[in-house]
Amino acid sequence: MSRHIRINVMRILALAALAGTLAALPVEALVPEAVVDVAPTATVVTPVVQEEPAATVQSNAEAIATVQSHADYLWTLIAAVLVFLMQAGFALVEAGMTRAKNAVNICMKNIMDLSMGSLAFWLVGFGLMFGTSSTGWFGTSGFMLSDYATDGDPWLYVFWMFQTVFAATAATIVSGAMAERTKFGAYILYSIFLTAFVYPIFGSWAWGSLYQGSGWLEGRGFIDFAGSTVVHSVGGWAALAGAMVLGPRLGRYGPDGRPRAMPGHNLVLATLGMFLLWFGWFGFNAGSTTAATTDIALIAVNTNLAAAAGAIGAMLTSWLFLKKPDLTMSMNGALAGLVGITAGCFNVVPGSAIIIGFLAGIIVVFSVLFFDRVKIDDPVGAISVHGVCGAWGTLAAGLFNADGTSGEIIVTQLIGIGAAFVWAFGTMFVFFKVVNAIYGIRVPKEEEVAGLDAFEHGNEAYGPDTFTATAAEVAA
Amino acid sequence: MKKVEGIIRPHLLDAVKTALQEAGVEGMTVIEVKGFGRQKGQTETYRGTEYKVEFLPKLKVEVAVADDLVDGVVGAFLSSAKTGKFGDGKVFVSTLDDVVRIRTEEHGETAI
Repeated sequence: MSRHIRINVMRILALAALAGTLAALPVEALVPEAVVDVAPTATVVTPVVQEEPAATVQSNAEAIATVQSHADYLWTLIAAVLVFLMQAGFALVEAGMTRAKNAVNICMKNIMDLSMGSLAFWLVGFGLMFGTSSTGWFGTSGFMLSDYATDGDPWLYVFWMFQTVFAATAATIVSGAMAERTKFGAYILYSIFLTAFVYPIFGSWAWGSLYQGSGWLEGRGFIDFAGSTVVHSVGGWAALAGAMVLGPRLGRYGPDGRPRAMPGHNLVLATLGMFLLWFGWFGFNAGSTTAATTDIALIAVNTNLAAAAGAIGAMLTSWLFLKKPDLTMSMNGALAGLVGITAGCFNVVPGSAIIIGFLAGIIVVFSVLFFDRVKIDDPVGAISVHGVCGAWGTLAAGLFNADGTSGEIIVTQLIGIGAAFVWAFGTMFVFFKVVNAIYGIRVPKEEEVAGLDAFEHGNEAYGPDTFTATAAEVAA
Repeated sequence: MKKVEGIIRPHLLDAVKTALQEAGVEGMTVIEVKGFGRQKGQTETYRGTEYKVEFLPKLKVEVAVADDLVDGVVGAFLSSAKTGKFGDGKVFVSTLDDVVRIRTEEHGETAI
């Protein structure tokens, strides 16, 4: 069979497989129960004076509870939307810190992390993370939002929205570490695998009881309020696995092992991205109450202080040790502070948040230098910001616990940190190795040199303005 | 007819343009270029790694000049573009075989 015909037969088979899969899905999961709202036929309405039943303490209490419940919905959904916008933050940070010839590829990976993540989490992930769990290791119910009962409490929907954007955040952490040399198809496979499987299973260990599940780690008293480990370390260790299996970008390290600078093409975009992330983090941390309570005030204060302290910590570190106050290091510092406070934002006092953030800013600079020293190429510092500082933040949540720390608390935090590393790094390393062996995760050298945008997507991010009208069309 | 090309520091474009106009030049072309001569490049750092920027941004100003104006034009470049430090640039004078105005198809000095 000629190559041309074979390619088209493959395309038809792929489409048929997709159609078959969609047809096999239970229809009820895809189509919401029809809500029939029949307009009443017009009649002459005679006003009838009715006696309102007198307000009782009981009915007042119920009304107040309803208002509180609606406020919970409102806050959680707003917070979810704030976290959603962090996707734009990641896209801009990554695009700004890499080269223009790969900007389209960065944007596509970020769009797909959110899109594939949303569907994978709906299909499989949410059930694994929050379904009823008899073992404490993973959930087994609630796939495709099947827990939703018509006329039932739509809280499930709001909670799912909030959790989905968290899953998408974990996924998109990896796109920066694997930037400028990863095959797009391989990346999509990774994105589905993480949000369907790796992220939710660890998540079930720490957060399952937030809905219908229960996890062995939270049973031990593991503190990770908004996800320094559950989201950021899981993403960071997956990023480490990906960067290691990929190898460094061409030309990144010289024959003597010394790194060569590859400056980003637009640090202004990167800065804007950092601000969007900082902005969204107020939803990430304060929204994790999933309730409209006064707790959100302390959480917001801790979040901001840690970010600010982290930016300063990193700036001072780069000024003292690297001669100049470096912009991208300072940005990494702010994000490291945010990651660092994410675990303890609810159980530490503001003074502690400053210390946690400041130390995270120092740690992240040295971590970036360390990974360069061992020749693991991370274009945006994702492994350092999310993996390393996620671990720091989780430990800090135990150390700085406002009600006092203890050996047992510290040990539990360390167990959680270790379990996340073993699970996330372990599964993702195996995954990337397998995909690399079968399909190949790295682009060919010629493509890497020319830039991914033309080869993977056929687009240019900053193409020149074109003028397609002919001279005759202009003159007419 | 001569072509006079001057490579200058970018921030001096306005001064050079004015000086050239006073010397009788009516049109010019400006191109953004990078280069180095005896002015060494700069060392910058990115995330802890130093790297040399050897090619520095300059501007090249090109004018076509009638033979009797050449000395004045070169002098205009020198007076407006010199700072006395390394990196001031250079002026190249070469002979033009022909100049043609596209609109009217005139040739020679009348086309300048």
